Amino acid sequence: MIGLQHYLIVSAILFAIGMAGLILRRNILVIFMSIELLLNATNLSFIAFSRFRGDMGGQVASFFVIAVAAAEAAVGLAIVIAIFRNRGTVKINELDLMKN
Amino acid sequence: MESILFYIFGGLTVATALGVVFFRNPISSAASLVLSFFGIAALYAMLNAHFLAVIQVLVYAGAIMVLFIFVIMLLNLQADELHEKPFPKIYLLLTGLVLLAFLFAFAQLFQSAQWIFPPISESFGSIKAVGRLLFTEYLVPFEYSSILLLVAVIAGVVLAKKEL
Amino acid sequence: MILILAKILVPFLIIFNIIPVLIWLERKGSAYIQDRRGPNRASLFGVIRLGGMIHSLADVIKLLMKEDIMPARVNKFFYVLAPFTAMTVACMTFAVIPFAAPMVWEGVNFSFQAADLNAGILYILAISSLGVFGIMLAGWSSNNKYTLLGGLRSSAQMISYEIVMSLAIISVLMMGGSLELSKVVEDQSVNLLHWNFVRQPVACLLFTVAMFAETNRLPFDLPEGESEIVAGYHLEYSSMKFALFFMAEYANMIIASAVISSLFFGGWQIPFASTDFLRAHAGEVLKILLVVLAIGHLCAGLGLVKRGRKNIKAKKWGDRGDYEALILGMGALGGAFLLAGISAYIWPLIFTAKASLIITAVLQVGCFLTKVLFFCWVFIWVRWTLPRFRYDQLMKLGWKYMMPVSIINIFATGAVMLVK
Repeated sequence: MIGLQHYLIVSAILFAIGMAGLILRRNILVIFMSIELLLNATNLSFIAFSRFRGDMGGQVASFFVIAVAAAEAAVGLAIVIAIFRNRGTVKINELDLMKN
Repeated sequence: MESILFYIFGGLTVATALGVVFFRNPISSAASLVLSFFGIAALYAMLNAHFLAVIQVLVYAGAIMVLFIFVIMLLNLQADELHEKPFPKIYLLLTGLVLLAFLFAFAQLFQSAQWIFPPISESFGSIKAVGRLLFTEYLVPFEYSSILLLVAVIAGVVLAKKEL
Repeated sequence: MILILAKILVPFLIIFNIIPVLIWLERKGSAYIQDRRGPNRASLFGVIRLGGMIHSLADVIKLLMKEDIMPARVNKFFYVLAPFTAMTVACMTFAVIPFAAPMVWEGVNFSFQAADLNAGILYILAISSLGVFGIMLAGWSSNNKYTLLGGLRSSAQMISYEIVMSLAIISVLMMGGSLELSKVVEDQSVNLLHWNFVRQPVACLLFTVAMFAETNRLPFDLPEGESEIVAGYHLEYSSMKFALFFMAEYANMIIASAVISSLFFGGWQIPFASTDFLRAHAGEVLKILLVVLAIGHLCAGLGLVKRGRKNIKAKKWGDRGDYEALILGMGALGGAFLLAGISAYIWPLIFTAKASLIITAVLQVGCFLTKVLFFCWVFIWVRWTLPRFRYDQLMKLGWKYMMPVSIINIFATGAVMLVK
């Protein structure tokens, strides 16, 4: 029988994979994609709990997370385009103007 | 039947999420992420959140990932290497073992029956229920998120312009 | 289980079989619009030409037999994946479109949709958003600057017009009150003045134009019309993969027509015959239909036989194609006798309740398919009538003119609903 624990474990695995991608990769766009994975993992958690408790508030929270993620992706990618136009690279260890 | 579907979709989601992190070509990562979103939408549908499953496909897989792939193609990014120094494989092995230990611990802990999903009404997760909540209890965040999206649109246009 | 598989397979087969008809319609229709004859040479056994329909079969054979080129240094996985994505996504949309009114067969509710989703129209919008992927991946993986630009332009166009599509649908939903496509179709009762193209004319026009842009048809043809000038996103594709793109375009057209006719033109509703009326009088309706069809076959058969004898005597084309009209005419006469015989013989059998359910369903499916084919003809007609938009004109139209108009339409609909 599939219970709440199954969905929570999947959510935890996705979160861990997202964190790994965030730390291991150097390409800014792949880092963005890992952030989207993190957000989706938390969404899955929200919805699993909402189904478990019969409370629709979890789904509404998930809806807002999706909306905010869309806004963040749009602005973040615009910044990436501006950075690429100015610096010519998207590898984060070459974007180190603020390092001492 | 339900457990077979859960394992299939859960496995698809986790496998393609691993693909996001470990593919060298950014477009392969993006396509992998799209499949991952499909898997997550299927999991939402199994959790009776039908409206959110369709919204997940529409917004995430259909709009955000299109934007990502658009930017990758525009900037014409090539495949890059994962690490400069050779990565000590022993760290991966240790991490994997620790994770497996955690998973077994969780699985043992959560065997009790109180985590089974209770039966739910037919209109749970329908668009009517979500809409009703959005316009009564959660009206203020709804209006704020509309302003947020407007700001995001303007910011996107301004930041990516060639000259202001 | 078998029922679900049948419900999935039948719409897919319907699309697959309408595509050759659309190819023929496009070539003959465009030819007559341009005051020429169009293809009429390919024939079966030298005799059957069917006014050029055999050319679709010849096209299929040609596309299968061509050499399958894979250019150097393409990304092989995405190069092969892109046409499959385009075709799959095009066929997935047919799951939520209702073909006929739901019926109660032996106590079980049987709906003529593969999936009666709660959020039916949102599913169609979601799947249309996925259609962008096939084009983008095709343009990018071909290792060609021009296909990349073509793919990017096409995807930008498609996502711009998705917004107009969604906003136009919202005003229809406000009147219908439900997202389920079956309810939207039922809400437009048989009264012609209740159909959504009368209640929401602006939304109908906006949605149709947005669908033209979504399916990359003229006048929004720039991503693939460029192939006549420089390149399109399917430049580097040959034989079967190109055939898949080709078929995916026609499948998208069929789906656009199906959605337009379901949302705005009453779907499976026959104009003056409601479902209950048809079920009560199914027998008489079927008999009248069979008699009319028999008379039609008789007239067509006599005309064709007369023309056939004239062709043979005058040796019109000089080869075996002269005999075609005679053979088709005799076939039509045979069909007339068959239909007359059926209408006389099965007359006592059609008064059962189950048979009337089947007859009603068949008539409604026929009405729906007629509407779909009519809108496909409108797509083809417009293609050969209007010139192509330039890219900046296209984007200006989508963002600066159509989006504000659709938002104003939502406000106006809301205001009218509030007043009533």
